[in-house]
Amino acid sequence: MLTSNLEIVPGRRILKHLGLVQGSTVRAKHVGRDLMAGLKNIFGGELKGYTELLHESREEALERMLEQARAVGANAVLNIRFSTSSVAQGAAELFAYGTAVVMEGE
Amino acid sequence: MIDLIVFILLLALGYGFGRFAESRHYKSILRREQAFRNILLIAARFPPPDLMPERTQLVAGSVVVSVDYFKRFLAGLRNLFGGRVRSYESLLDRARREAILRMKSEARALGADMVFNIKMETASISKGRRNTIGAVEVLAYGTACIPSRAEA
Repeated sequence: MLTSNLEIVPGRRILKHLGLVQGSTVRAKHVGRDLMAGLKNIFGGELKGYTELLHESREEALERMLEQARAVGANAVLNIRFSTSSVAQGAAELFAYGTAVVMEGE
Repeated sequence: MIDLIVFILLLALGYGFGRFAESRHYKSILRREQAFRNILLIAARFPPPDLMPERTQLVAGSVVVSVDYFKRFLAGLRNLFGGRVRSYESLLDRARREAILRMKSEARALGADMVFNIKMETASISKGRRNTIGAVEVLAYGTACIPSRAEA
């Protein structure tokens, strides 16, 4: 599955548009990480636990989006966008969306 | 009284460790920016039509950085008078550059030499907890173009 945040793929034609596909996940951090983050709030620096957590959740959102794309028979997802929003205190929603298409070749 | 001592101790710890961490981070950023200089970042939505990459692939890099206690205190003071909040400027600058570097290292791992349509996104993590920014997350993403010679 080809993923891209461009609207076209250089050198390849789009045969069919299959519409929007999306994937999202809501994650909360656990207490241990929160505690470490509290310490880091004093010293400053990277919050590795959070970086990891958000990275994992983003991968999951992307994976869910790709699942949808596969279900509709696409072989590429173009114009992918990410968005993050905090729904409640300590929880964040990660959202990925894009356009599923069928491309020539492959 | 004991509160004041704790407060001053926290300020001093934040100042010391924060400065140390920041200068170390900047050094590492500068070093890696040199190393990744040969990967071009282009914010255009459409690559030039004559460019024929072998493959394209989404790449992303993200980082969560927190500000230290001392800088947060300074920013709190700034809230009274208004004006430039320098302590947060450097935080965001560091976070953006770090996110871009991580994206670039992902692109290099794929053998890409260009990344198109770079988008940046900033989210504040400790929202809802009083009125502090605290930590920010920066995500940078784009489409890496992998030239055919990387395959050979």
